[in-house]
This record gives sequence, C-alpha cells and structure tokens, in this order.
Amino acid sequence: MMFKPVLLWSDALFFLLLAAALGGVAWAARVEHLRVAWRRVGQSRTGMAAATLLLAFVAVGLLDSLHYRERLPGEKEAYAVEVRSALDALLSGLRTRTEKTYSAPLATHSFAKETLDAEGGGRDFPRLKYGGAHLGDDLAGQGADLLVRTVQGLGIGMVAWLALWLASAPLRRAAPGLAWNAALVTLLALCLVAGPVAALAQGYHVLGTDKVGQDVLYLTLKSIRTGLLIGTLTTLIMLPAAVFLGLLAGYAGGWLDDVIQYVYTTLNSIPGVLLIAAAVLMMQVMIDTHPDWFATSAERADARLLALCAILGITSWTGLCRLLRGETLKLRELEYVQAARALGVSDLRILSRHILPNVMHIVMIAIVMDFSGLVLAEAVLSYVGIGVDPNTISFGTMINTARMELAREPMVWWSLAAAFVFMFALVLAANLFADVVRDAFDPRAAR
Amino acid sequence: MNLLEVRALSVAIGAARPVDGVAFDLAPGETFALLGESGCGKSLTALALMRLLPAAARIAGGSVRFAGEELCVLPEARMRDVRGGRIGMIFQEPGTSLNPVMTIGAQIGEALRVHGGSAGRERVVELLAAVGIPDAARRAGEYPFQLSGGMKQRAMIAMALAGEPELLIADEPTTALDVTIQAQVLDLLRDLQRQRGMALLLITHDLGIVARMADRIGVMYAGQLVEVAPRAAFFAAPMHPYSRRLFAALPDAAARGQRLVTIPGSVPPLGTQFPGCRFVARCGDAMPVCRREPPPWRTPADGHAVRCHLEAAPAAALSAPGAAPEEKLGAGTAAQLEVRGLQVYFPIRRGVLRRTVGHVRAVDGVDLRLAAGRTLALVGESGCGKTTVGKAILGLLPPTGGGVAFAGAPQRGLAPARMQMVFQDPFNSLNPRLRVGAIVAEGNPAADVAALLEQVGLSADMAGRYPHEFSGGQRQRIAIARALAVRPPLLICDEPTSALDVSVQAQILNLLTDLQARLGLAYLFITHNIAVVDYLAHEVAVMYLGRIVERGTVAEVLRDPRHPYTQALLAAVPRLDGRRERVQVAGDPPSPADPPPGCHFHPRCPRAQARCRTAYPESVAFSATHAVSCFFAA
Repeated sequence: MMFKPVLLWSDALFFLLLAAALGGVAWAARVEHLRVAWRRVGQSRTGMAAATLLLAFVAVGLLDSLHYRERLPGEKEAYAVEVRSALDALLSGLRTRTEKTYSAPLATHSFAKETLDAEGGGRDFPRLKYGGAHLGDDLAGQGADLLVRTVQGLGIGMVAWLALWLASAPLRRAAPGLAWNAALVTLLALCLVAGPVAALAQGYHVLGTDKVGQDVLYLTLKSIRTGLLIGTLTTLIMLPAAVFLGLLAGYAGGWLDDVIQYVYTTLNSIPGVLLIAAAVLMMQVMIDTHPDWFATSAERADARLLALCAILGITSWTGLCRLLRGETLKLRELEYVQAARALGVSDLRILSRHILPNVMHIVMIAIVMDFSGLVLAEAVLSYVGIGVDPNTISFGTMINTARMELAREPMVWWSLAAAFVFMFALVLAANLFADVVRDAFDPRAAR
Repeated sequence: MNLLEVRALSVAIGAARPVDGVAFDLAPGETFALLGESGCGKSLTALALMRLLPAAARIAGGSVRFAGEELCVLPEARMRDVRGGRIGMIFQEPGTSLNPVMTIGAQIGEALRVHGGSAGRERVVELLAAVGIPDAARRAGEYPFQLSGGMKQRAMIAMALAGEPELLIADEPTTALDVTIQAQVLDLLRDLQRQRGMALLLITHDLGIVARMADRIGVMYAGQLVEVAPRAAFFAAPMHPYSRRLFAALPDAAARGQRLVTIPGSVPPLGTQFPGCRFVARCGDAMPVCRREPPPWRTPADGHAVRCHLEAAPAAALSAPGAAPEEKLGAGTAAQLEVRGLQVYFPIRRGVLRRTVGHVRAVDGVDLRLAAGRTLALVGESGCGKTTVGKAILGLLPPTGGGVAFAGAPQRGLAPARMQMVFQDPFNSLNPRLRVGAIVAEGNPAADVAALLEQVGLSADMAGRYPHEFSGGQRQRIAIARALAVRPPLLICDEPTSALDVSVQAQILNLLTDLQARLGLAYLFITHNIAVVDYLAHEVAVMYLGRIVERGTVAEVLRDPRHPYTQALLAAVPRLDGRRERVQVAGDPPSPADPPPGCHFHPRCPRAQARCRTAYPESVAFSATHAVSCFFAA
C-alpha cells in the first residue's frame, strides 16, 4: 500500500450528510408534493445557477474530505504523521511551492526588501524561489508569458466545459423543462475562470503568498471544506432537537410546552458569543490535557471543529424550534388533526403523519437559510479567536491574519480579498438558493 | 338617466377571463344585486368598477360610465376622489377591513379628511350614530377589537358613508355575520339608502338577501351575466336554467321527504374555453345548439333578459329523479345518545402564575336526546357553544360536568367506533399531504376504500389522488367517507354545508339523507341554517349562550316557536317571498365569560320583565317533546 486511508469524524459525518441528501432526493422524487416543489426550484434560473455554484463548492469540499496518510520510504511499514487529502494531492504543486514570505499575486519578486548576500550586497526585493522561476532572468517576457498562459487556460476551460456539456446530455434528457441553460452558463463562467487560474498557477502564485510563504489560492480552496462543514453539520446537530422539541411543545401544550419554552427563552437570553467562547475554551482545555486521545494533529483539529459545530448547533436550535412550535399550535387545531383524533389515531402517528409533513417546508427553508449565516459565524468566531483550531485552514483564520497585514505599509491586501471573494461567492449562492427554495415550498405560492 | 352604466366589461388574469362582457345599468336610489356562486366573478366585477383589481388582474376591455364620466380612462389621481368619495365600498370581513391599531373615530376621521369634509369629532359621532351604533361618542374612541362583528360592519358602513357616496358597493356585507345581526345590518343599509338616495350594488350568493333587498337582479355564471330581471319577475318565474336550478336546490320544508334538485358538477375552473353556452355541461335542458354557439340575449318580458337558447322556459317544475327514501317513522324511539347536564368551561388565566380568574361557560348544562336513525338539529348563532357541544360529546374536549351516555352505557373519552364527526371547512379537514385512499382508511386500515368512495358518490379510482385536486363538495364527501370507514351509528355534522355553494349543498344534503335511510345513521346536525333544519331534521334544539332555550320536533319549534329568541331567529332569516318581518331583537349576544344574570336573553328580549333579570327560567313542557325555557312561553 502506498497510503493508508484515514476517516476523520467530520469526514464520516460529511459523507453521511451527502448520503442523506441523495436518499432525500430519491425519496422526494416519489412523494408528489415534494417533487412538485423541487421541480419549481429546478425551473428557476437563479436556483439552477446557484445550485451549480454550490455543487462546485461541494465537489471541492468532497475532494478535501478523502483523507489519507502517505507511506514513508523504507523497508518498515510506517506512515507519515501528516494527514493529507485528495485535494492536497491534486494541489501538491501549490502546497509544496512555498516562498519565504509575502509576495503579491503573479509576482516574480518578494514583497519585502531583504539584505542580499550576493556580491554587491545592499537591500533589494529578492527573486522568488518559484514564482515566475521558469522565466529565468528574462523578466521582460513576463507579460507575454502571462498572456499565453491565460489564453491556453481559456482554451482548456472551454474544452472542459464542452466535455461537461456532452456528459450532462443524458441528465438533461431525463429531466426536460428545468432551467439547464442557466446551469450551463454558470458552468461556462466557472470553467473560463478556473482554466486560466489553473494554467497560471503552474508558474506563479495567482493570489500571492502569505506571511510564511504559503500559496493563498491553496489556502482558500482548503477553507471551503471548513465552511461547508460548519454550515451543514451544525444544522444536522440542531435539527433533531429543534424539530422534536418544537413539535412536542406545540402539540402537547400544558407544562411540557412551558418547560420547553423556558429552556429556549433562557438559552436565547445568554449572549451567544459568551456561551460559545466558554464552551470552546473548556473544550480546548479538555483537548490539551488529553493529548493521548488523538493520533495526529489533524485528528485534534478535527475534534475541535466538530466541537464548534456542536456548540453552534446547541445555541442555534431555538429559532427553528420556536417557528415549529407556532406552526404546530396552528396545525393542531386544524380539522384534519381533530378528525384523526376522533378516529382514535395515536398521538405519535398524528405527529408523524399529519403534523411533520406539513411543517417540512419550514424545516427545509430553515436549513438552507441557516447555512450562509453559519459560514459567516465561523469566520467571525475564528476572527475573535474562539473558532476552529489555528492549524485548521478556514476563512476565519485567514481573515484573522489579515488584521496584521492590513496594518502594514504598503498594505497586504490579497489574503483578505481572496477570502472575501470565495466566501462571498459561497454565501451568495447559498442565499439565492435559499430564496428560491423558500418560494418553491411556500404553500401559498402553490396555488 | 342612469348613475352607472357598465358595458362589455372584461377582466383578464393571464389568458383567462374571470369576468367576460358584463353589462348592466344602475339608476340613482336603485338596488342592483349581483347573484352567483363562488368563483363566478362577481367580486372581481366590483373591484374592476373601483379599479382596485389585484396585481395579476387587469381590465381587458369595456367601459364603466359613472354619472356620465368614463372611469376606465380616468387618471389615478382623479380616480382616488371617486373611490370612497362618490363610490363607497364595504367588504365581507369586517374583522380585517379595519386597522387594529387605530380607533374607530380616527379611521372615520381619516376618511372624512380625504374627501374634503370637516373631520370634526361631531361629524364622526354623527356618522356613527347614523349607522345605529349606541353611545357613539364613547365608541368613537374605541379600537376595533373592542367592537363585535356587527358593530365593526356598522363602523365600516360609517366609513363608506364619510364621502357622501352616490353609489355604495357592498360585497357580501353580511356573510360573516350571524343571522340576527345580518337582519339588523340589512335593515340599516336599506334605511340609509332611502334617506340618502344612494344607489346600492349588492354582491351576494344568498337568494334570501336578494329577495329582501334588491330592486333588480343580475345572475352571474362563469364570468358572464346570464339573467337580468326585476325582483318580482325573477322570483315569480326565473328564466335561465341555472337560476331555476338555484331555486330548486334550496332546501326548505316543502322539499322535505324529497330529494333536492342538484346541479351536477361544479363551477368550471378559471381559463376554461367555452365554444357554446357556459352552463351546458351542468344543464338538464341542454340542446345540441348549446354546445356549438354562445346563446344570445333574449328579452321575453320588459326588463327581463336572459342569455339562453331555450325559447321558453319549460313549464314543468323541476324535480329531482327518484323520491327520497321513506322516512321510517317510529324507527328507534329509544335514546341512542343521551346527554345530561353537559358543561364545558374554559378557564381564563391571568398573571405570571397563570391563575384561573374565571371561566368561559361555553356549554352550561345541556341536555340532549337522540334516537337511532333520527336527526337532531342543534341551532344557534356563532359563539353559542354548539360546536363545543359536538366536540365534548365526541370526546375531543373533556366535559367539566355532566355526562354522555351511548346506548344506555355511560361514555368517557373518545369512542371512535360509536360516533364520528364531519367538519365545517372541507379545505382544512383533509391533510393535503396524504392521498385520498390513505385519508379514508385513516381510522380503519382494513376498510374497503373503493366501496366507501362509491358509497359517498365518488369513483373508486380517486383513491390515488391528492385532496387539492377536488372541489369543496367532493372533499366533503371524502370527509364523510373517512367518518363512515369505522361504521359509526352516529355522525356529528358540524355545519357540513355552510362553506359550500347552494348547488353543492343540495348534493351533500341528498347524500346525508340517503346514507341515513340506507345505514340507519343518527345525525347530530349542528347548524345556523334554518332552511337546512327544516328540510333535514326531525327534532330541533335551539341554543343560546351555552344553554338550550327551546327543544321539540321540527313542526313544533319552527311552526310554533315559543321562546322569544327562537321567534327572533326565525324572523331574521331572509325569506324568498321577500316578506320582511321586523326583527325585534337588538344588540349582540353577550360574552359567555360574563353571562347576564337571570335569563341570558333578557338584555335583548322585547318581553323582558323584572324577574327575567334575577332568575333563569325553568324549562316548561308543552307536549311530550316540546319544552321551552321562558317565563312567558305560554
């Protein structure tokens, strides 16, 4: 074996989530009202474009979730301590070509002056080790080189798009009437951006390098998984509690309702950041005092990420719970629920057959709308220093380091800009998709 | 000269024409009634006149001339003076037509200011007094939630009057109100119209209201006027087959023991293409020409126009095929359901500790007795507790006192196999996420769904469809099938036809009588519709504020009412012959949280005397079946 696969807890949960999503799609295809609603999502141009962009992000996140440990050379079977992912392997060039320190996007020289040891001495911008190294001393040819690579990249992007276009033909035939054009246009734009970036990344640092010389493009791509995990796992954790308690409070009423209401009102009245900070710090102490629990540093970082998801989940179920309680209060008095009670149907069956299916649209809308909020929450928490492990690459940690970079003169802007552009694209896609989903599932729009 | 001339008015929603070529005139001081079932386009016509159509709809053609001025081309700024100024409008739902955070006086004052009148407080109070609101000066400072439904509708009328309109458009003004309040509001509208010489465009589905109010009538069907006639001619001899069937579908005492005439099917959906007559699919007199050509307007008599191919209406009266099954007299005289002293109180909780500070006495000592295979009608206005009685008997609500006995054995809690309920609103009584088959088999998974669906007049292959594909009448049939799946000997029907159109109501009533004859079902029929009681019930119990005030057989209670409340209730029902009995009862029903001392009815009773204020009258028996709770019943 050349490598040993590693399944981190977050990977397992991520795959579980994907499997659940696929299962949900298969189920929705058989239930009429869900099929109709999702079909409306598919018929919306905005919906399809946003979904395409989200799928691209999910693909990156998925590649980044296939973890392994490389086998060390030598007779004995031993594996490296670093846990890498399929994305790392794919981007090994980006990962290994680290410079000494900051360099601007597409630069050939370092961003800061250094004392040179060569003859002549003096202080100057040193030549980068990798950025534009293939140019040799012919720096005048950089412009032409960039142009050639961009054109090549555009060509590759176009070819890739044509391939995807042909590959998606059976899919389009299977589901006519959906807004496939919008999806294809988005895909084309994506290919035309990704192609040149990939071509340029062979010889340059497209988005520059950070303080310790890491490629910023690599960092942003790695951040995507963290953002996706926080956005989805948190929902997964809070969903059962929110749905169960919300339905119970609304349907049972009486003292149960009072207890549940008091619990979430109390939870809501504690400042969120304070609660999260306390929980994260406690978690950190726990992790630090038990180093034997974790075989690798990646596992430790992963545990902390999961802990953050759990804590965010525990503090964020109240909103959905309150919504569901209100809706259940309304549904409970509806005549079909009364009729079911008169027929002697058990409470559990009423909840599962009559109430749950009729609040599912609220759950669906809440999941999609919460996603973007949680991605942003991670960034804010990491910025404050109570987010993910400092070793975990995330949008939040990138923004956190940008605090110092912006104070420099001249300013280092590319780290923050890269994080901003990627996060903006992800959150915008999620928000647009959430809007379309909400419209499609709104029962009033159905008529 | 006519005040309003509508010519070829059409409204378009996309490609559909919910209003198509409507034309009528309205003279000053005249009342014109637009009559039709739900979805026929009568409300859209009114909104089009005011140019208040919803965003999706637009006026596709035609002209509206108001006092010689063309409204369709008027700029929006000028139109605003017409709206609420020269044309006033009142809507169906008084609860949502008033702004809940403004006082009544402020809202009327606003209407006065907009239309250039003096917005002084005296003027507001004067208007409120004009619409019969007692203690107008105090009421002007109150908020809508402090007013009853009838008061709110009066306040709405006062607002509409603020601009001194020449034309008042009333869109189902009394549909949300109780029958005694309805009578008061209709009388008020009529008096105001006479005093001010206003023209009134009345939109309604109720033939009784038309008979009481209208000078001329326009019958609408599927977006078109099909018949226009003066009241007397219309009620003497309706010409259009649709109008004739509407009359025949009305339940009343004369139709008792016979099947009601029904109009098969339901109103065609929006966007249907009509090559010929729009009514042809539901018409019993259809000829081949009806399918090919739209019928022309004919005027068989002066002022009486009808859109039909038939030269003359068939002389023979309409009758339904097959007489109703014979009433099995004497069937089951032993009580199957016996209710004794039933009480249902809802606690009123206040404060942090939610302490009980009082009770809403929704049901306060009700006795009922129902024999197998018979129908007992429980009649009363909204809020009198009749639905609560039904739910408590069924076991959906725990009784505070008293008890229910079924076939001699006392019963507590739910008894699914003994009694079932059919609910009022067919749109909320079926789970939209379940197929019809699953809905019907809900209480009894082993039920034969196909047989049940056929029993209620649906076809077996409908089991695989979802409720939203069905019309209101079909949904009510599904709800009945669901109740019948557990084979209960007793059905509690809670206003099962009040949400349905007249023609569909007749279908459901026919179905209920058939089922009673075939399965020997007993019905506890909860309703406010006296005509349905007269047609269907064997016995009647009249309920007022949580108590039964009069009980007896249909003939005893409806022909010879002894309680002043029953008398007022019967007098308030609009009659088809247009005869008006002045309703003696004033005011609104009091709250069951704070019932008046003594007889509950005394504050509204014309015969009340001193002892009515102190003691609740004992029930006095007039015959073995007829009993009345009133001191002066004799």
